[in-house]
Amino acid sequence: MEYQYPKFTPEMKKTHTILIPNMAVTQFRLLKYALEYDGYKCEILGNCGSAVAQLGLKYVHNDTCYPALLVIGQFLDALNSGKYDLEHTALLITQTGGGCRASNYIHLLRKALVKAGYPEIPVASLNFSGLEKDSGFQMTLPLARRALACIFYGDMLCALRNQTAPYENEKGSADKLVDKWVERLGRVLLAGKGFTAKEMKHTFPLIAREFAAIPVTRVPKVKVGVVGEIYVKYSPLGNNDLQKFLESQDCEVNFPGLMGFVQYCAFNMGEDHVLYGGKLGTKVVIDQFLNYLDGIERSMLKATADAGFYAPGPFKELVEKPKGVISLGAKMGEGWLLTAEMIELVQGGYGNIVCAQPFGCLPNHIVGKGMVNKIRALYPASNITPIDYDPSATKVNQENRIKLMLAVAKERLNNPVQEPVKPLTAEELAGGAPRLSHETANV
Amino acid sequence: MRVGLDIGSTTIKCVVLDENDALVYSTYERHYSHILEKAQELLRRIDTEQLHGQTALLSISGSAGMGLADSCKVPFVQEVFSTRVAVKRFVPRTDCVIELGGEDAKILFLTNGTEVRMNGSCAGGTGAFIDQMATLLKMSADEMNKAAEQAQRTYTIASRCGVFAKSDVQPLINQGARTEDIAASIYKAVVNQTIAGLAQGRPIQGNILYLGGPLTFSTVLRKSFDEALGVTGTCPENSLLYVALGAALYADKAFNLSEVAKALDEYAATATYASEPPLFANKEEYEAFHARHMSHSVPRVPFSAQCGPVHIGIDSGSTTVKLVVVDEKSQILYTNYQPNLGNPLPLIREQLLKIYKEHPGLQVASVTTTGYGEELVKNAFRCDYGLVETVAHFTAAKYFMPDVDFIIDIGGQDMKCFKIEDGAISNIFLNEACSSGCGSFLQTFAQALGYDVKEFAALGLFADRPVDLGSRCTVFMNSSVKQAQKDGASIQNISAGLSISVVKNALYKVIRASSPEELGRKIVVQGGTFYNEAVLRAFEKEMGVEVIRPDIAGLMGAYGAALFGLRQSKKNGKTVSDMMSQAELKNFDQKVVSVKCGGCGNHCQLTVNTFADGRKFISGNRCDKPVTGKSEDNSLNLYAYKQQLLASYKPVPGKRGSIGIPLCLGFYELLPFWYAFWTKLGFAVHTSPVSSRGLYLAGQATIPSDTACFPAKLSHGHIKALSQMQLDAIFYPCLTYNVDEGLGDNHYNCPVVAYYPEVLAGNCPELEGKKFIYDYVGIHRPKDFVHKMAKNVLPKYFGGISEKEVQEAADAAYAEYEAHMAKIRVKGSEIIDEARRQGKRIIVLAGRPYHVDPEVNHGIDHLITRHGAAVVTEDSISNRVEKFPTSVLNQWTYHSRLYAAAKYCTTQKDMDLVQLVSFGCGVDAITTDETREILQEGGKLYTQLKIDEITNLGAVNIRLRSLFAALDERDEDRR
Repeated sequence: MEYQYPKFTPEMKKTHTILIPNMAVTQFRLLKYALEYDGYKCEILGNCGSAVAQLGLKYVHNDTCYPALLVIGQFLDALNSGKYDLEHTALLITQTGGGCRASNYIHLLRKALVKAGYPEIPVASLNFSGLEKDSGFQMTLPLARRALACIFYGDMLCALRNQTAPYENEKGSADKLVDKWVERLGRVLLAGKGFTAKEMKHTFPLIAREFAAIPVTRVPKVKVGVVGEIYVKYSPLGNNDLQKFLESQDCEVNFPGLMGFVQYCAFNMGEDHVLYGGKLGTKVVIDQFLNYLDGIERSMLKATADAGFYAPGPFKELVEKPKGVISLGAKMGEGWLLTAEMIELVQGGYGNIVCAQPFGCLPNHIVGKGMVNKIRALYPASNITPIDYDPSATKVNQENRIKLMLAVAKERLNNPVQEPVKPLTAEELAGGAPRLSHETANV
Repeated sequence: MRVGLDIGSTTIKCVVLDENDALVYSTYERHYSHILEKAQELLRRIDTEQLHGQTALLSISGSAGMGLADSCKVPFVQEVFSTRVAVKRFVPRTDCVIELGGEDAKILFLTNGTEVRMNGSCAGGTGAFIDQMATLLKMSADEMNKAAEQAQRTYTIASRCGVFAKSDVQPLINQGARTEDIAASIYKAVVNQTIAGLAQGRPIQGNILYLGGPLTFSTVLRKSFDEALGVTGTCPENSLLYVALGAALYADKAFNLSEVAKALDEYAATATYASEPPLFANKEEYEAFHARHMSHSVPRVPFSAQCGPVHIGIDSGSTTVKLVVVDEKSQILYTNYQPNLGNPLPLIREQLLKIYKEHPGLQVASVTTTGYGEELVKNAFRCDYGLVETVAHFTAAKYFMPDVDFIIDIGGQDMKCFKIEDGAISNIFLNEACSSGCGSFLQTFAQALGYDVKEFAALGLFADRPVDLGSRCTVFMNSSVKQAQKDGASIQNISAGLSISVVKNALYKVIRASSPEELGRKIVVQGGTFYNEAVLRAFEKEMGVEVIRPDIAGLMGAYGAALFGLRQSKKNGKTVSDMMSQAELKNFDQKVVSVKCGGCGNHCQLTVNTFADGRKFISGNRCDKPVTGKSEDNSLNLYAYKQQLLASYKPVPGKRGSIGIPLCLGFYELLPFWYAFWTKLGFAVHTSPVSSRGLYLAGQATIPSDTACFPAKLSHGHIKALSQMQLDAIFYPCLTYNVDEGLGDNHYNCPVVAYYPEVLAGNCPELEGKKFIYDYVGIHRPKDFVHKMAKNVLPKYFGGISEKEVQEAADAAYAEYEAHMAKIRVKGSEIIDEARRQGKRIIVLAGRPYHVDPEVNHGIDHLITRHGAAVVTEDSISNRVEKFPTSVLNQWTYHSRLYAAAKYCTTQKDMDLVQLVSFGCGVDAITTDETREILQEGGKLYTQLKIDEITNLGAVNIRLRSLFAALDERDEDRR
């Protein structure tokens, strides 16, 4: 069955306000400026509350994943609010184009709009896969470059903030500095600047140095990494404000950056060529793109490390991490990236990990929950807890589970593990699946 | 002194330790969710009796203790963590702790890497679950344990969550299985649930410690664990108090307990929770509402001693038995409604005898049975007609509202709704396994909170701020209620909240309506649950429309059956019923035995009822063989044909050795391809055995994600089986892409089908040291496939296979695959032609290739053929339509076929589609809606059957019978 859905036409760029669901807060705040420079009027949605989930449940198949329920619920709640001129409002939603059902969000949204009585609201797709080619919203090269810059800046601000805030002498200093930089970068972006590799490389050390200048008292704290399905991982609406909860439990948090996901998506297109054949041209272009990002990324990481902060390895090293655990061919949802991030975190001292996913998330059966045993066998220091998010999963249950993980973490913090954490080599692994009973850790 | 407080979901526990950590005081009490009051009372009591105003080190633990601890600034210890503290102190040599609580199940591994596992958000609580099951069996938990000790055998009960298990237990009760056996089966289900859900691949061995209420109180449960794990676990002294003990040991901050109790007063005052508007604004509104509903009634006339002809309707439901006697004018003479106490027959016999006795001159013209126990009752007493319950309800609803367009029935166990268009049932929604509960849920909850269900429901009517409990499965509601209690919601507001939830569940979970208009404006509500005025009111408010609730809302099935009998008798001119005479009834006797059928490899557990006159009634059978003695006729069943085709691939000894293929997931379609490929290369290709319950159980301990779909979980058993077969290698490739049939925008596999080998490699210890080939392979690009296999994949495992050989093998593989698919299509055409020749209906039983697995489809294909229809598959007809636009992204090969098959159905007047959906299939959340739309657009009914590890075939049967009844009615109308 086919709907004649309204298209987002090029003219609408001038007349319509585009609503964007919130995901990675800081990155999206910056992204807004990039879109505005390009001539789009947009607004990042901040509405939350029980009406959002209720509307989602009402208009989307209840077994659909939680992010779809929330994003669509958030849109409908916004449209219901009366705040927007419905004749001049459009919606923007991401579309990954992978084998996960997430690629269908846009269609579910269109169906929901019809059901909810908003059939005339156009929906634009934000994707890098060439889907919805006839839309007036297009990821042009200049826009893409600006968007990438926003993600780099946003990732960096988050990483620095998260390593500073728990230790700062004056509460709120790190957050204040984030705000300051978002505004400053916003002005630069609106002026059409700040997005070239050169400018970014110039700016990164400035940012890092200012964070390093915040007065702190560094005491040992439990360090928690967060990985997961992309929306639930970042969105406070999706994860019941996980970051705030962890920080209230006196933890330092580490959310691996959004850029990793962008690189991962690009990388997979090349990997398809390696595994299954196809046009070599695609692979060449992808590699060039990844090299471009790599240059910027390395300078960002270097600036971070130079200022005395922890910086993970660049994407090109991340790609090596899953060897012997999961293949780089697993590319649906967050795919091998999620597994790689967990390993990265454990190696980087963030062995306590929350793996967040929507209830019944298909890829996470494989790359999240499915890999925990293997990672635990390789890295006895890992302390991973998968948490499911769902409209009815109560906060108290989720927090109980996280607290349990933290209880073990705190104990380890006070009595550090005796034996050094030594990852096994790929050869050691070649014998097959590691057995848990061979573990030597005794905490 | 140290004090530890453990506030669980149903009980509160407290211990006091002296300076030497010796236990000086302990208490274990139910709190009936008066958590706050109980905690305060306890703290004050201990202060007066034990501490005498002295301070003590205090900490709080337990699933319901967190908010409380936060509010009075007492340190909180996570409960599994405090268990661990206590165990390390008191039983230090423990390797593994199994602790079952009111609503939690936990496994704690202490040696070789500490690890804790708690039940996921999907698994129901075990203590509460056992209580719920005991209630269902009309026993106390102790009595159930005693009964279980006398068990002779056990039945299979779903081992995931309470709601599923409940829908397995109920039919067993209805079929007359022995309670002793059911009781033992329940404990076994708890064991399976704990092991499968929590161990997740990690072996439970060494010194095992059993903790918590259920394991302390039930000997049978401990024994079941011992048997399942092959160990002898111990249940230590104070096994109920370990969490509290751990909390006491962990405590490092001193408090005056009375002051803590006082601080909690403030907590009570500040409690907040999400709420809904009240059900009634004021008393007047309620009075008007009440009066309106009292007006919908059936005339009742006195039941005189000499009368007739009368028509009797009997509805043997899941928890109750209802009986209605009507006269020739449809007026009610007599009604009876009572709980069925596990076996409906004695109750019905008693009622019938009573009627005979009190009305000696009675002329019974017809007796019609309906409901879950329809067949049993009909056979036992030789009743005249059996009627599928949906049609019975529709018949009754028409009496109240001839132009009714929507009926919703919320009974004790089940919820059913149907839409009526053009005088026929056009759409049926039955609650699937995950959202049942309904009436009995409210009842169990009332009991858990210490109330009678009627009293409990009435409490909610004037609640000022009903709790917003969301709209999901009842198991989730347990924790929502827990949270609401924590937030200080009153019992009135919880009661109202639960009533609203039942309604929201029905509307948004079962029916998935987005607007009231969509369902219809002429609504009749039925079922005992609607006697609860809070539910009724919530329903009207949610729908925004006034509905009719007949005064016989709980008897509608029986009344409808009686009306049906009345109509049939008139049509047939029959004036005397075939039912047993009074004398026969007096001598009626029923013996129940359960036997294992030896008719075929399925070994169904049969329940055989033998009646006094020697007649037998057999239930639990998957085919007619134990009843008729004849083998199943599979000539019109494409599922059976596909199974045969796959079974015909036998290993051919080859020069290069042997290779094993697990017969699961994608291999249900690609076995011909890979069989030909490896055979051509000179390998003997062995497949794992066809799935069975035993095979599944053998592999279940290594399943890492308990919410994955059942077909995926089954693959662990196949790997286990292959690992014991002495093969040179096991082959299970990762396939991101499937073959492109040109029906969709892309040709992916779903993430689970694509990458499940990764999970197996990471979690199945039996693969250690084995050659497990699970490379990423692209069969969608035949040329590259040869090259990549020859260059990148095969050399990793076998030397000396040339690219030319691989080319030949690939050619054979693609050819075999094509031939296989062609056979299916040819056979499909034959079946369709033959069915048409015989004038039979054709059902497209659409799913995925692996739904052909009999352990996955539970024999639903046979169920359909036994109803006299032919069964074909979606892939046998999907090639008959061109690619067409869909409103969703059509990107999975298997699902493209589904859409195509649905489209084709709409062009064939004798063909209808039934979709099989595996529980937990995220992709089907998208496909089901699209398939429904395609079918409805083409004027077809949409039927979806959700299947899981265990599927209640009784419910499936109702569904299918309703479908056939609706189709028949449509055909009649057309004529």
